[in-house]
Amino acid sequence: MYTIVRTRQLADVITLLEVEAPAIAAKARAGQFVIVRLREDSERIPLTLSDWNREAGTITLIFQHVGRSTHELALAHAGDAIRDVVGPLGNPTRTERFGTVVCIGGGIGVAELRPIAGAMKEAGNTVISIIGARDKSLLILENEMRSSSDELYITTDDGSYGRKGLVSDVLRDLMADGRKIDLVYAIGPVLMMRAIAEQTRPHRLKTVVSLDAIMVDGTGMCGSCRVTVGGKPRFTCVDGPDFDAHQVDWGELVARKNMYLAEEKETLARFHEANSGGCLS
Amino acid sequence: MSKQIARREPMPRQDPEVRRKNFEEVALGYSVQEAVREAKRCLQCKNKPCVAGCPVEIDIPEFVRLIAEGKFAEAAAEIKKTNALPAICGRVCPQEDQCEQVCVLAKRGEPIAIGRLERFAADWEAAHSGPASSSGVGNTPPKDRIAKVAVVGSGPAGLTAAGELASMGYDVTIFEALHDSGGVLVYGIPEFRLPRAILSREIEYVKSLGVRIETNIIIGKLHTLRELLESGYSAVFIGTGAGLPEFMGIPGENLNGVYSANEFLTRVNLMKAYKYPQYPTPVKVGRRVAVIGGGNVAMDAARCSLRLGAEEVTIVYRRSRAEMPARAEEIENAEAEGVKLQLLTVPVRFIGDESGFLKAMECIRMELGEPDESGRRRPIPIEGSEYIMEVDTAVVAIGQSPNPVVRQSEPDLVTTKWGGIVVDEETGATSIPGIYAGGDAVTGAATVITAMGAGRKAAHAIDKYIRAKLGLP
Repeated sequence: MYTIVRTRQLADVITLLEVEAPAIAAKARAGQFVIVRLREDSERIPLTLSDWNREAGTITLIFQHVGRSTHELALAHAGDAIRDVVGPLGNPTRTERFGTVVCIGGGIGVAELRPIAGAMKEAGNTVISIIGARDKSLLILENEMRSSSDELYITTDDGSYGRKGLVSDVLRDLMADGRKIDLVYAIGPVLMMRAIAEQTRPHRLKTVVSLDAIMVDGTGMCGSCRVTVGGKPRFTCVDGPDFDAHQVDWGELVARKNMYLAEEKETLARFHEANSGGCLS
Repeated sequence: MSKQIARREPMPRQDPEVRRKNFEEVALGYSVQEAVREAKRCLQCKNKPCVAGCPVEIDIPEFVRLIAEGKFAEAAAEIKKTNALPAICGRVCPQEDQCEQVCVLAKRGEPIAIGRLERFAADWEAAHSGPASSSGVGNTPPKDRIAKVAVVGSGPAGLTAAGELASMGYDVTIFEALHDSGGVLVYGIPEFRLPRAILSREIEYVKSLGVRIETNIIIGKLHTLRELLESGYSAVFIGTGAGLPEFMGIPGENLNGVYSANEFLTRVNLMKAYKYPQYPTPVKVGRRVAVIGGGNVAMDAARCSLRLGAEEVTIVYRRSRAEMPARAEEIENAEAEGVKLQLLTVPVRFIGDESGFLKAMECIRMELGEPDESGRRRPIPIEGSEYIMEVDTAVVAIGQSPNPVVRQSEPDLVTTKWGGIVVDEETGATSIPGIYAGGDAVTGAATVITAMGAGRKAAHAIDKYIRAKLGLP
């Protein structure tokens, strides 16, 4: 059992959990993730390691309430325990000295971007970060991102905060301004990452993305998370999650992520039904 | 001596029409009368060819004799001298290729049903005694134990190695990456062939020998092999299995609806998708399911598909029935339940709809040519025989390779080019002193009992290694 020591609501639909997991905290590196199963009858879901505290022996998980499992997890309180947490999984992000690195995070992707931007900076890079969200309420970790970046740009789709527009708009301007960029690292919704990939491709600007394919075990065992990269089948869990954005078969990834949409809707509806029943009685 | 009867006692089974709709165990097990009758067929050969056919060297004639005499608890104890998992082995081992194959009775009729009797003894003991426990071997206090040994993976190889080492007086911890113990026994083999209650009980027995199991610990990520050796473990046994699915490499293999057998079975068994939506992990089973492959894993996937409501389930296999690697019994079970066999056929591409979901599979017919290196006749495509088979789910069950996580973390661990850990066959010793390996992590996908045999062998080699290091007799 893994005790939740702190919870914080970062937005209506975004929750932060700090969880006791000393062994994972000791080994965690930027870009890695864990698989969490809240209860015996819960799914296994991959969650990004957003932060860790080696002294306190805790890890920080930040997630958006999307399907049943994340909604269920969002109901947990400090003192509650998560039944299973396994990790750190996946390969750490390569964070050597590249020069100038543009770190781009969209929506909940900023949760994973934070340690990566920090590690990039620590490796001696100039870090330009661009973070975006649909609206102001969904923008997370602004302060944390500011402290791990040399420059920080903020966008919202509706203009309620920062610049109105998309993170890719800022990247386009930076490139148009002739800023010397050695690496782009992007994490966020698939369509955002795909847009960034298409933007940098003609310039042969090295771009790395972190993919969040559907997973079950997260240890290479099942192949649910397979993606096509450079024409070859790769497993996101053991070969990734970072891949060369210009080599990813984006169309296939989009389709694969939609595989269980109907089931996700169904289990979420059942979950809401069960929980609203509980509140009324 | 016992009166000889050519035919063995048949195994009572759930009716195929009923069982194809439930996940309860198919084979019901012998009654006391059936078991005793079957046991009395044994010739009690002096040279015991069956024992030589058993990878864990159970004294088969002895336990069969005890059953014939009605001494069922004693029979179970006899088996457990060398096999900690008799109820599992009695259910899933391919006895027909091992102990039963060399049974003298097989020359004149049917061999004695050793597997069924093994299962009977184990089940009888489970039904007539309290919680699983050993007779005191596990009671050595940790401080009096010889040394600490780590076992990576709680599948058949790991459980066996751990049980043996604990019985020899070692302080053994198994590290399991998944949330549940049992490895392939829990994620791969379906409930209707190996009920979870049976599995749990045998794992409890291994624990009662003094073995600790820590789940959610992924060696290679959380701790490396070296770190285990540096943190006080005198030796490590790697039993990480064949947890890396193989695909065919044909177009459309990543369409939605194309599963690896590992994923399909993991969803159904480990994550209990057969109880969806009570358990929220889904599995998509369409009306028409094709399972590609001819082994036990393919049979399991096909039979799960039927139970999950598929109208038509077809096994697509590239050779003929004679070459199918699945147990004859499992093929018969599958067919009785309504699984169809499409032999001498291989898919060449998967065809999807506009949203990326599988809708059909193009196949080509094969004919058998000369035997290949495996001794089986090589399938050769018949030109122009391509045809379209409409399917909405496909399960690729063509094999599994060793899981990569441990080897990726340890560059000094010598592996073959397909990822198998290279070991000394006699001892299971790897290229790193103190580190041993066995089971599917070494051989690629094989059987439960082969893995157990390797676990047992390595346990004895580890004992010898540690004793030599500590200067013990």
